[in-house]
Amino acid sequence: MPESIEKNTDFEVRSLDTICINESETTQPWYHLLKYTLIGLLFGILFVKAEIISWFRIQEMFRLQSFHMYGVIGSAVITGAISVWLIKKFKIKTLQGESIIFHPKAFNKGQVYGGLLFGLGWAITGACPGPLYAQIGIGSTVIIITLLSAIAGTWVYGSIREKLPH
Amino acid sequence: MERQKRSYPIDSRFCFIVNVFLSLTMIDILKQPWPWYIAGPLIGLTVPTLLILGNKSFGISASLRHICAACLPGKIPFFQYNWKKEAWNLFFVLGILLGGIVAILFLANPNPVIVNSNLKAELATYGITNYNSLVPVDIFNWSTLFTLKGFLLMVVGGFLVGFGTRYAGGCTSGHAITGLSTLQWPSLVATVCFMLGGFLMANLILPFILSL
Repeated sequence: MPESIEKNTDFEVRSLDTICINESETTQPWYHLLKYTLIGLLFGILFVKAEIISWFRIQEMFRLQSFHMYGVIGSAVITGAISVWLIKKFKIKTLQGESIIFHPKAFNKGQVYGGLLFGLGWAITGACPGPLYAQIGIGSTVIIITLLSAIAGTWVYGSIREKLPH
Repeated sequence: MERQKRSYPIDSRFCFIVNVFLSLTMIDILKQPWPWYIAGPLIGLTVPTLLILGNKSFGISASLRHICAACLPGKIPFFQYNWKKEAWNLFFVLGILLGGIVAILFLANPNPVIVNSNLKAELATYGITNYNSLVPVDIFNWSTLFTLKGFLLMVVGGFLVGFGTRYAGGCTSGHAITGLSTLQWPSLVATVCFMLGGFLMANLILPFILSL
């Protein structure tokens, strides 16, 4: 198996992906990961209460009928950018004392083709991956099917990615 | 302090009432939909929070990849990696699901969802009139799942989300928020494409699906 990883030049793949490169050097017992569940929980409440998981809000956004989602995403990016700038400027470290690493994303055509496909799906389901989890949480059990289908979509992408233009 | 309390019993009772009143209004306020200028900055703060907690880049769609890698990697190289190192992401999305449960149990908005009147008029023509949930129950439910419309909305829609985000290397959180926050132009390209796809679907294709 490790051979296939090297053969697949997976390092390039990973640099296209934000995730799969966040490898903290310090190993901690599994229950330390519960802090991410707590952050996720607060985040989920926020998702519901700010109606980010609302199918109606997404429809309004794509019909230019409401400023809400633009306000949310815009102010999130501004806050995120200021925070990242501060982290870089003051060389803020993680709680474990590691330096914070940023992974640059390389451009590839997948961002265009994949982006368009995701956009189509976003407007149909009214949800990006995060809201799917929260929609299940608020009791829309049928969204489990949408989530399973999204997992299937990811799997199919993984299995045919070599044949796709990147 | 002790003496003061005893000499002015009315005062402490008054304080108590004010306190209860305030916390009740607080919960009432929390039950109302939160405005964008509260939600947006809080979402933005998730980026530094995850970085400082453990050098994690905020991104959600990767959880779908980790689930594939954990459950059915097959012989696909794309899923041959140590997903356990990325387990934090799965803990995070589990939290989002739990957050949905908490929000609906304790902070549910008692009023119907407020929606733009033009959109309401349009949706009424497709028979969407129920505004009790953030997910329109008229079209997203177990019985419509087995119709062509439901299949397109839930199964095909979900598939596009999973396929597209991975092809693009991220979703709204990974590209639009983390990517733009760190000033990466490929993420801007991706975000513009998300929006283009969305505009195309919502205005040109979705009306046909909804009228099925």
